[in-house]
Amino acid sequence: MGSADRPRQGRVSVYEVFRQERKGQAFQHAGSLEAPNDAFAEEYAREFYGRRQESEALWVVPRSAVHEIDDFVDELERNYHRVDGYSLKAKLKEARERAGTSARGDG
Amino acid sequence: MNERVRLLVETADDELILGWRDSEWTGIAPFLEEDVAFSSIAQNEVGHARALYELAARELGTTADELAFDRRPGEYLCAPFVELRRVDWAQTIARHVLYEAADELRLEMLKASDDAELAGLAAKMDREEAYHRIHAQMWEERLRDEPRFHMALEELWPASVALLPEKLRPRLADRLGRELPASLNGLERGNHTPEWPELWEQMTEVRRAVPGAAW
Amino acid sequence: MSALNQLGQEQELLEYVQRGGQVETTDWMPDEYRRLLIKFIEMHGNSELMGVLPEREWILRAPTLQRKLALTAKVQDEAGHSQLIYRVVEDLGKPREQCLADLISGKSKFHNVFHYPTKTWGDVGIIAWLVDAAAIISQKALLKCSYAPYARIMKKICWEESFHILHGRDVVLTMMLGTDEQRELVQEALNRWWGPLMQFHGNPIPMEQDPMYHWRIKSQGNDEARQQFLDGYVPQIWELGLTVPDAELRKDEESGRWHFSEPDWDELKHVVTGHGPKTKERLELRRMNHEETEWVRQIVLAKAA
Repeated sequence: MGSADRPRQGRVSVYEVFRQERKGQAFQHAGSLEAPNDAFAEEYAREFYGRRQESEALWVVPRSAVHEIDDFVDELERNYHRVDGYSLKAKLKEARERAGTSARGDG
Repeated sequence: MNERVRLLVETADDELILGWRDSEWTGIAPFLEEDVAFSSIAQNEVGHARALYELAARELGTTADELAFDRRPGEYLCAPFVELRRVDWAQTIARHVLYEAADELRLEMLKASDDAELAGLAAKMDREEAYHRIHAQMWEERLRDEPRFHMALEELWPASVALLPEKLRPRLADRLGRELPASLNGLERGNHTPEWPELWEQMTEVRRAVPGAAW
Repeated sequence: MSALNQLGQEQELLEYVQRGGQVETTDWMPDEYRRLLIKFIEMHGNSELMGVLPEREWILRAPTLQRKLALTAKVQDEAGHSQLIYRVVEDLGKPREQCLADLISGKSKFHNVFHYPTKTWGDVGIIAWLVDAAAIISQKALLKCSYAPYARIMKKICWEESFHILHGRDVVLTMMLGTDEQRELVQEALNRWWGPLMQFHGNPIPMEQDPMYHWRIKSQGNDEARQQFLDGYVPQIWELGLTVPDAELRKDEESGRWHFSEPDWDELKHVVTGHGPKTKERLELRRMNHEETEWVRQIVLAKAA
């Protein structure tokens, strides 16, 4: 079996499949499959993630096209552009006292 | 059996038996991704058979299941082509390619029928078959350098012709770039292959165990 | 990484997963964790792949079009599950071809229930209903597996398995509403499958001694799984007028626990180590099929050199 001069050998790639469950929702990673080319990958993705009409749409992407980034630096704790950088409680209390509008809960 | 019923049952028998053969690959296809894809094709075929039997059954005053399973072996009208046991993947794909080509022509004819019900069903089936055709094309492209695939096409071609009524056969030959065989000895509907009795036995075994029961 | 560093990192990961943390494919993991994952997940994949063999014979014999379609879809799901599972194993470092080779050679294992024969359509109903039910209990517990890629595929698997159980129950119900012969087929099948079902979740190992629990790969003890199975399904069995072939089987109303005859752990061990009634025959079928289709994989799937 298998001749030494076989002209065409398959090469398998892993494809990642993202699916959208309902219109308007984000595409989420659903799984991966092996296929020799895009045409096979599409056919298989359709079967694996859509044979029960359970997906609105699919994105099928070679794994090599997906670049993972999982390291993020925030050495200087830049909270100026995040909600957790703004604690207004103390200032509010003072402002209400000054305006004579303090409510009971201000402590 | 009138013409309409005959046509329905012939087509349904083709789809049922081909679906039966194709479902033999479920769980043992060459690789897992293909296993799932090919199983859907087999299920679609059986699903088409069911829809066709239901139309015929209404006319005959019976049920789809009774039509599908309760006839004697000699009463089935499938083309011998679909009964053949193809244990090699190249042969299975060759049959798949030939069947899809013939079926496309048959569905075209049915879609143009004056019979609204039949035309409507044919249109639905054709929409599903579009994916079968893509699948067959994909594999044909992949196997195009394989001698055993070409051998299988050669071997199966004459039998595939019998799927279609006379008037459509030249178009099939044309489409596939082949010559119509001089004769179709034993390959026309009404004949059955040597493997047919065993297929029928297996297919009807459970049902015959308790005749008339609901399952 | 120094040995001390490694130990520290391992301890950190252990505490992390024990707190409910999850691990991704590209995260650092100790060899032991990776090894345990591969072994466990591979066995699951093997089981799905071997489970299709008894069932696919009945696709051809299905007595109605509906049953034929449902059974084909069920077996298709199982092939699909093994794909999902082997993909996870491959991303952990063991290629699919190696998994298949180890399965066929008998080096790796698959669950006990798939080593037994099926004899009648009664088996088809009992398997789809009760064997799948036993499996889904374990599978639901795996939704919390510390290894995230596996936990995620378990979601899809559990979702797809839900129709299997309904289909199985429908098959059984229809037969129970049928003739005496049909009812007898169901009871007879249940009599044969009860032993393997009770062994399915494995002998009770104390959770503290189970490395699978230690690393939160499994989060449910074997005994707990079995109790859940009995709680859910014995009432469903009894309400149909079927009898369970265990005179000891009863629920202690006070403790809420089921009592039953001690399952045959020797039989379980004997079977999963490759001596089940159908083990050799089915592995041989897999081996032959694998060989006969090798040329297709060569053309379509050969890995890049």
